[in-house]
Amino acid sequence: MRAAPHILLKDVKKSFGPKQVLNGVDLAVPKGRSLVVIGGSGTGKSVLIKCILGLLRPDSGTIEVAGENAIGLKGDERERFLARFGMLFQGAALFDSLPVWENVAFGLIQGRRMERGRARDIAIAKLGQVGLAADVGRLYPAELSGGMQKRVGLARAIAADPEIIFFDEPTTGLDPIMADVINNLIVDCVKRLGATAVSITHDMASARKIADDIAMIHRGRIIWQGAARDVDRSGNDHVEQFIHGRAEGPIQMDVLKA
Amino acid sequence: MNPLAPIGTAVFGLLAEIGRLAWFTRDALLQGLTPRIYFGQILRQLFRIGYSSLPVVGLTAFFTGGALALQIYLGSSRFNAESLVASIVALGITRELGPVLAGLMVAGRVGASIAAELGTMKVTEQIDALVTLSTNPFKYLVGPRLVAAVISLPLLVAVGDTIGIFGGYFVGTRSLDFNAYAYLKNTADFLKLDDVTSGLIKAAVFGFIIALMGCYHGFNSRGGAQGVGRATTNAVVSAAILILAANFLLTSLLFKVE
Repeated sequence: MRAAPHILLKDVKKSFGPKQVLNGVDLAVPKGRSLVVIGGSGTGKSVLIKCILGLLRPDSGTIEVAGENAIGLKGDERERFLARFGMLFQGAALFDSLPVWENVAFGLIQGRRMERGRARDIAIAKLGQVGLAADVGRLYPAELSGGMQKRVGLARAIAADPEIIFFDEPTTGLDPIMADVINNLIVDCVKRLGATAVSITHDMASARKIADDIAMIHRGRIIWQGAARDVDRSGNDHVEQFIHGRAEGPIQMDVLKA
Repeated sequence: MNPLAPIGTAVFGLLAEIGRLAWFTRDALLQGLTPRIYFGQILRQLFRIGYSSLPVVGLTAFFTGGALALQIYLGSSRFNAESLVASIVALGITRELGPVLAGLMVAGRVGASIAAELGTMKVTEQIDALVTLSTNPFKYLVGPRLVAAVISLPLLVAVGDTIGIFGGYFVGTRSLDFNAYAYLKNTADFLKLDDVTSGLIKAAVFGFIIALMGCYHGFNSRGGAQGVGRATTNAVVSAAILILAANFLLTSLLFKVE
């Protein structure tokens, strides 16, 4: 018998005005697995993650995390819920006004009210895990390169040893070598924590590297989900076109119609 | 096309904006001003909003006091009432010009800064990052700015009143040949505590308006750099208009014509 999914979405819909972004998403992520959601720009990948985190409220459907409802949480209940998660944002979303170590330790100091000295030690250790020296902790985000900012964002995402980690376009804007470094770090961090991971990307090299399972979202629906090793024989025209980056195929026809 | 449609669209747009602002104000008060209180953030904002605005408020008050003394002298000399200069300068500065000019100057300096900072945080997903780190943005960002502005503005106006009256004294004694002792005695004899406190009450309200408009437009900025620029402009313009409207309302309430 299969274990209950760690994250479960059923018929989740979300629209912004007349634009239907999520159109009945069904998705199950088993505990400890790394799922990568692929799809083109504007297909609802980021909205999907924001709905799970409660940053956006879905119009309908259900979202459960570890068997508990994740929609409409407030106050302490929401804080406890969010303490399960770490998130690496597309642009790293580091706080400009704080030095690097305080960015990494932010969730520990403000969210978990840990003493600053102890939080700083953990932050420096986490920076080490993503390949950054302790003296980087004194710098400000504006003084870092894009790749270093992503590493700091990753250190912040894993600082509180979360049980679930989200990665939003983790390799966007990076050169191929730095992208591969980030992919390796993601795989390493997720395995070390034993966390459940959900990543969204349109970078297939990244998807192949970090995914146990892959799902493809198109027009607000999951149109294919399977093991990462099966993505090359999905038998789905949309997936085929996407993973090979072909201009011709059903996806472009949809775009032209839209 | 119906020629009335644009008018209807504009009216509905205005009503929707008022509704959004009312909802934001409710969240700012209920979430931002209730525990958990971030005292470190309040101190930081007190420095930024209050201390850093001292030069601009002081200079504005000094030159306004001087100009006021000149104008009142020229006007009152038509009917031999030059002796009223000191008292009318004091009254004009403490009741009206001190709080209104300080409010407008701080709206330009601080309101714009708050909107630009929070707007940038919004479009770079830093506010979303705060939420994922179990930190309520209303408590961490909005509450401290509201508290600091409501405390800072009366203090700034108190200092500005003093400098403004000194500006009048400076011009009166140097250019208009008033006796220094007589000028100060006239000011002290005529000025009542209510004149000063009414200005300070106005200043506290203006501080709330400035911080609220900065936070509201910052939180609702969209679309990158252009959106942040628009939010900054809207924050300053809306704060300035609301300050002038609130000034009229408060003057009507605090100084009833018998």
